[in-house]
Amino acid sequence: MQSAIERDRNNKIIMYVVLTIMAFIMLVPFAWMILTAVKTNQEAISVDPFYILPHSGWHWENFAEVWRSYNFLILYKNTLLMIFFRVVCACLTATMAGYAFGRLKFPGKNFMFALVLIQMMIPSQIFIIPQYLMVSNLHLLDTTAGLVFPGIVTAFGTYLLKTGYQGLPMDLEEAASIDGCNIGQRFLQILMPLTRSSMVSLGIFTALFAFKDLMWPMIVCTSAQTTTLSAGLAKMQGQYGSNYPTMMASAVLAVIPMIVIYVIFQKQFVEGIATSGGKL
Amino acid sequence: MGVKAPKKEKTSREISEAKWGWAFIAPTMIGLIVLNFYPVFNTIWQSLCKTGDFGRGNTFVGTANYVTVLNAPETWQSLINTIKYALIEVPFGVIIAMVLAVLLNNKLKGTSVYRTIFFLPMVCAPAAVAMVWKWLYNQQFGLFNNVLHTNVAWISDPNIAWISVGVIGVWSVIGYNMVLFISGLQEIPGDYYEAASIDGATGIRQFFSITAPLLSPTTFFIVQTRLIGALTVFDLMFMVMDKTNVALKSVQSIVYLFYTYAFTNGNKGYGATLVVVLVAFIMIVTFIMQSAEKIFVYHN
Repeated sequence: MQSAIERDRNNKIIMYVVLTIMAFIMLVPFAWMILTAVKTNQEAISVDPFYILPHSGWHWENFAEVWRSYNFLILYKNTLLMIFFRVVCACLTATMAGYAFGRLKFPGKNFMFALVLIQMMIPSQIFIIPQYLMVSNLHLLDTTAGLVFPGIVTAFGTYLLKTGYQGLPMDLEEAASIDGCNIGQRFLQILMPLTRSSMVSLGIFTALFAFKDLMWPMIVCTSAQTTTLSAGLAKMQGQYGSNYPTMMASAVLAVIPMIVIYVIFQKQFVEGIATSGGKL
Repeated sequence: MGVKAPKKEKTSREISEAKWGWAFIAPTMIGLIVLNFYPVFNTIWQSLCKTGDFGRGNTFVGTANYVTVLNAPETWQSLINTIKYALIEVPFGVIIAMVLAVLLNNKLKGTSVYRTIFFLPMVCAPAAVAMVWKWLYNQQFGLFNNVLHTNVAWISDPNIAWISVGVIGVWSVIGYNMVLFISGLQEIPGDYYEAASIDGATGIRQFFSITAPLLSPTTFFIVQTRLIGALTVFDLMFMVMDKTNVALKSVQSIVYLFYTYAFTNGNKGYGATLVVVLVAFIMIVTFIMQSAEKIFVYHN
């Protein structure tokens, strides 16, 4: 018995060692990003390993400088607006379609839902050239509407919400229809509030996807005034590529908002990804 | 009359339900048709055209673009690059994530802290991630060469640059895979393990005889989604590889090549051809994966 307990304890120690080493590896890039961001360029490019910490003080003013010289406020605003409208559009259209596919009977339903499933299997790169030409023809280049454009509807979200609505008990509506509610009232007052967790999953998924996307903002918003954080970073790298503290300070500024949101809403993030399991 | 009335009422209810149904799916379906289905056909059409200026005045050239694309060594090179990237990202990303998920599924203290850390790269923009890694890999001043006392050209030596980029991919995706594995593991009933413990099966035996087979649907799902994700990689390569990088040709993915032709050079027809080739390739891979599912996935 003693040996079993001892073996158990040894196993636990091994597990902690493995987890801690992995955690360390995962954190090194973050640590180096922050440490470089507060150094002077001179310190950043000195090849002495003892210079891991900044030794002429922590230059937090690097952040203020980057914030000013590359208008981060505008990048934040553009990114936030894109995320906001994409989340609202995706949740709105997907919850309606998800409800209809999940709980209503109508002719052509199976065919239409097959189209939804087919869309999910097509790699999105094939949509990009025509979508770009549409945005261009609508004179929406360099606008928030152009950034939101491909995300107005979502096949994946429709599928996710359909599953959510199907999971609700079927007699919910019968009681309501006896009370004289029509389909729209039943949807708004009874069913939609019950799919909150699916909506949160879809919202997080949509926000994260929009936040991380690089190619679309790069092609539709080429000016620094209208682009997003991701595409803004790509532009900055072209301009200040060899000023490492500047680059790392901008990288920190670009990742910080989402990290803060993630740490606060961690449970929803993890559940959202686990239930949606979508193609990120 | 008494017989007909309820039938008529049912029909009008059906009609009303059909109206609501179509009204509810209309925004999504119109959107999908305009934004996704029309573009598929439009891309295929453009791949058969030579692009005029500003995307107008396309002239039909038949399969000429396909002949050029399929005869260009860079097409095949970038396809091979993409596969090489996938061969690093998918297996390592999946195996490391599975090990971490199994460890975190034990009743240990502080698992939520570890989980938070491993998932952190997932909420970072790949553009920022790639910038940080590019700095870590810097030949003159980067942390890796600095600490290891080496002088390796991590991202500009064609022989190792593809591995370096693959490592960034693995680091970025571990947390995502791990979260999916953890939710898969939580669906395995605990009494399977209790029964195995009574029979004297230890941790590693338990993993191979219980966890691995019961987790195989999750594993298969992750491998499939990550494979498609890896075959369409763009952000990392775009951010890490400068246009002047000598290793660019042996690292750039097919989507990177597509971006260069379609949007940097403005040759939409050629870009459309590349993307059609890519989609055809992914369709073949998906088909092979579907056939492989029967062999690798354990069905209860």
